[in-house]
Amino acid sequence: MAESLTVDIVAPDSVLWAGQAERVSAPTVEGEIGLLANHEPILSVLGAGNVRVRGIDGQDHSFAVAGGFISFDHNTITVVVDEALPDQVE
Amino acid sequence: MGGQQREYRQRIRSTQSLKKIFRAMELIAASRIAKSRSRVAAAAPYSQAITRAISAVATHSTVEHPLTTEREDTSKVAMLVITADRGMAGAYSANAIREAERLRRKLEEAGKEVVQYAAGRRAVSYYKFRHRELAGTWTGGSDSPVHATANEMARALFKAFTASADDGGVAEIHIVFTHFTSMVSQEPRVIRMLPLEIVEGVAEPGDEVPPLYDFEPSPEEVLDALLPRYIESRIYSCLLQAAASELASRQRAMNTATSNAEDIIRQYTRLANSARQAEITQEISEIVSGADALAAS
Repeated sequence: MAESLTVDIVAPDSVLWAGQAERVSAPTVEGEIGLLANHEPILSVLGAGNVRVRGIDGQDHSFAVAGGFISFDHNTITVVVDEALPDQVE
Repeated sequence: MGGQQREYRQRIRSTQSLKKIFRAMELIAASRIAKSRSRVAAAAPYSQAITRAISAVATHSTVEHPLTTEREDTSKVAMLVITADRGMAGAYSANAIREAERLRRKLEEAGKEVVQYAAGRRAVSYYKFRHRELAGTWTGGSDSPVHATANEMARALFKAFTASADDGGVAEIHIVFTHFTSMVSQEPRVIRMLPLEIVEGVAEPGDEVPPLYDFEPSPEEVLDALLPRYIESRIYSCLLQAAASELASRQRAMNTATSNAEDIIRQYTRLANSARQAEITQEISEIVSGADALAAS
């Protein structure tokens, strides 16, 4: 199996989700991006939409975001969202 | 019962009821402080993530951003002082205000004009009483700040910073708040919020050089999006720290007040006892001398 990603999704007053994931997709202002392990480092501004995380256990998590940014380096993803919206497990 | 005794008893009773209030306030502050500290901890990952991202942009681009450069066109500087809404927290608010006044003197000596912002009723009434002009005030909820308040403060300060010189724009933004070091130690602190000095968190010990990021859409736009959030999160963390400090100060002040009340009660009990004894002694000597007088006649 491919390497896993360490994901932290943080809101101003709490950590929404933290764990290992297989892949993450996020709505940037320039369009949806999908991130797998060993992607090049990126720092991008998020627009409104859903951040989707496929956990290492195969479970999908989706977070509605209104804005924020995402940073990726050394297989660590930090998603910073402006406001915490409820976690929807699909 | 003599007048003196009655007065002592009265004082003991009123001090006892005050003591109950002090004790209750101490317990309330003690129970809230745990929550307040966990909120400080919960907000940390967010501000860390933002600080890291900001320093990544700052180290890897040569962006000239208005928020990171010094303004020369105005001598006005903004100052926000964060205090409590209520007293009963010892010298908590007074210390923050004293620190703010010190900063004001320093800024004025440097030829700057201070535009005052105040958060917390204590600061607002302090400045109102001295007829100082306040550019912005926020009151309510000083012991449990919400993110929306930080948002509002950030927007107001940001607006002042980006306004033109004729429009009352300011060149710097300073924040005075009380840093929560531990349960027994909180100190007033001044930070300069804008223009940004991105120093803290840039070189984390043992950390390798931040990777060369790809910025999307562009470094400028990323910085544009990040900076307001950074300021907001800094203000929010100041508010949370101030709230934790307020509760810790209140707990300590109320603890002292409770033991002072106990001292007073003890003192008055002694006085009441000796007053009673004096009265008895006097009565006895009156009876004895009365009997003596009768026997002699």
